[in-house]
Amino acid sequence: MASKVIHAIYNDDDILLNAVKQVRSEHYHIEEIYTPFPVHGLEKAMGLADTRIAITSFLYGLLGLAVAIIMMNYIMIQDWPQDIGGKPSFSYIENMPAFVPIMFEMTVFFAAHLMVITFYMRSKLWPFKKAENPDVRTTDDHFLMAVDTGNHDVEKMTKFLYNTGALEISLIENDEDDH
Amino acid sequence: MYTLPNKLKLFAIIFMVVGAVGIVSGFLMAPKTTSEVKEMMADGHGDGHEGDHAVADESHSVAQAEEAHDDEAHYEHVLHQMQNRPWSALYIASFFFFMIALGTLAFYAIQYAAQAGWSPVLFRVMEGITAYLPVASVIIIVLLLLSAFHMNHIFHWMDPELVNPESEHYDKLIAGKSGFLNVPFFLIRALIFLGGWNLYRYISRRNSLRDDNAEDNRWFKKNFKASAGFLVFFIVTESMMSWDWIMSFDPHWFSTLFGWYVFAGMMVSAITVIAMVTIVLKSQGYLEHVNDSHIHDLAKYMFGFSIFWTYLWFSQFMLIWYSNIPEEVTYFVTRIEDYNLLFFGMVVMNFVFPVLMLMNSDYKRVNWFVILTGIVILVGHYIDVFNMVMPATVGASWFVGLPEIGAVMFFFGLFVLVVFSALTKAPLLVKHNPFIKESKHFHY
Repeated sequence: MASKVIHAIYNDDDILLNAVKQVRSEHYHIEEIYTPFPVHGLEKAMGLADTRIAITSFLYGLLGLAVAIIMMNYIMIQDWPQDIGGKPSFSYIENMPAFVPIMFEMTVFFAAHLMVITFYMRSKLWPFKKAENPDVRTTDDHFLMAVDTGNHDVEKMTKFLYNTGALEISLIENDEDDH
Repeated sequence: MYTLPNKLKLFAIIFMVVGAVGIVSGFLMAPKTTSEVKEMMADGHGDGHEGDHAVADESHSVAQAEEAHDDEAHYEHVLHQMQNRPWSALYIASFFFFMIALGTLAFYAIQYAAQAGWSPVLFRVMEGITAYLPVASVIIIVLLLLSAFHMNHIFHWMDPELVNPESEHYDKLIAGKSGFLNVPFFLIRALIFLGGWNLYRYISRRNSLRDDNAEDNRWFKKNFKASAGFLVFFIVTESMMSWDWIMSFDPHWFSTLFGWYVFAGMMVSAITVIAMVTIVLKSQGYLEHVNDSHIHDLAKYMFGFSIFWTYLWFSQFMLIWYSNIPEEVTYFVTRIEDYNLLFFGMVVMNFVFPVLMLMNSDYKRVNWFVILTGIVILVGHYIDVFNMVMPATVGASWFVGLPEIGAVMFFFGLFVLVVFSALTKAPLLVKHNPFIKESKHFHY
């Protein structure tokens, strides 16, 4: 389905935020917004679902904790039993205070790194990835809102978008290999 | 203006009366002679020792078997422990509620000194809680005086025999510390600490009330300066207070981060109480400008300070456990052997529970979640204070019975009565604070 998309360019985040609210109240569909910096409250205004990255982070933390426990148990108790702090109990639980810092660090390490990697994957970012940015100015000081034309009247939409404070508006033909 | 509901007043007074009965009966039930101790121990450790702490009982009977040859001295020792128990119970509960008021005062000062924008709508709640500070200070100073005049022996080091080189009880370590740890200086310090804190509480409350009718920010600026000064005074005196009033129960032992440890427990309890009082007032229809972002922020502090407390608890524990130096490690050996359930149970209540309950961002705005977690945190920190005091004063002869529960009920009733009466004294919203608008519109 080759649909048309309107690219509306704004130069202020407050105007953009208001424009998003107006566009949504007119029931136009916003495909994507490109901003040079994170705009506070934008995802709420766009009606995006809450991020689930915190849940993945929690699970990665548990994984890190498990890895730390298994690793320290293998290294310090099973493979080469160590006399820790003059207490040769050779039991994981009795020597646990010595392992707590490692358990903590591994939990944080796994949670942080895997969360970042998950975020990159989810955002379709990886090395040598070609930028999807439709307009280079959105990396500097402009904001771009891509609105789906659908079955709406393009004339009317253009006028409406200018009224929301857009500086430039261009109609883009969506190619099939675009997404 | 808030009016004190009669039901709440009645509720608080009932708690105080029942608690007072518990305290008095605790004193009456304490044995007077070694023969009474023998009787109590023959009845399976008296009424207070039913099965609940089998671990302590077991180690106790082992100790008994070992010391069979030294029977009389042992019974004498147990007698002193049992006589200390109602005093310790009273001291712990009074200190616990005192620490809530003091922690709130410090938190309040931080808000002023940091010129925080989110919290001014909660200032009157905090001022209400700190109204308990003068009351608690009088109780604490009376208890310390009673100890100083040898009405009880919970502060072991106050015994003059220990620092007398002629005596057979001469204790070189305590004598070495007697330049700092002697009764007159101890009492002078207590007066300085309490005087300073109460002075700041008086000044800040007065300025806050004057600020309501002010034209300019004069009183706010005065409070800002007073708060900054108080915080400097507080962090030094709070640390020394924790050595004096808690760490000196074990006069041979010391920990260099003890002041921080007590401070962390104090802050988390105080913030929990602020959150709970706020939610209670909000549920009665007061504090219309408090929104769930304010509760969210308080819950974040509860979460953060719980982790901070655990960090200090663990830092203290691990270093001493690892190095295993006899005079240091004895502190934890006593606690793990005689107080096992309380010692580790407290870590679960103060760390694992709040971390899991309050980790999710959305749960921090659900009032009943915050209240539920708050109750567990408060009980956990009561047990923390219990664990800091009881092993030194009553050793293995502990139990959570009438004197302990009675003392907590009494001080809880008193705390509720004083705090909620103080809340009626002034409007629940500060009028003129320069950040009040920001605070009303605070949004996370």
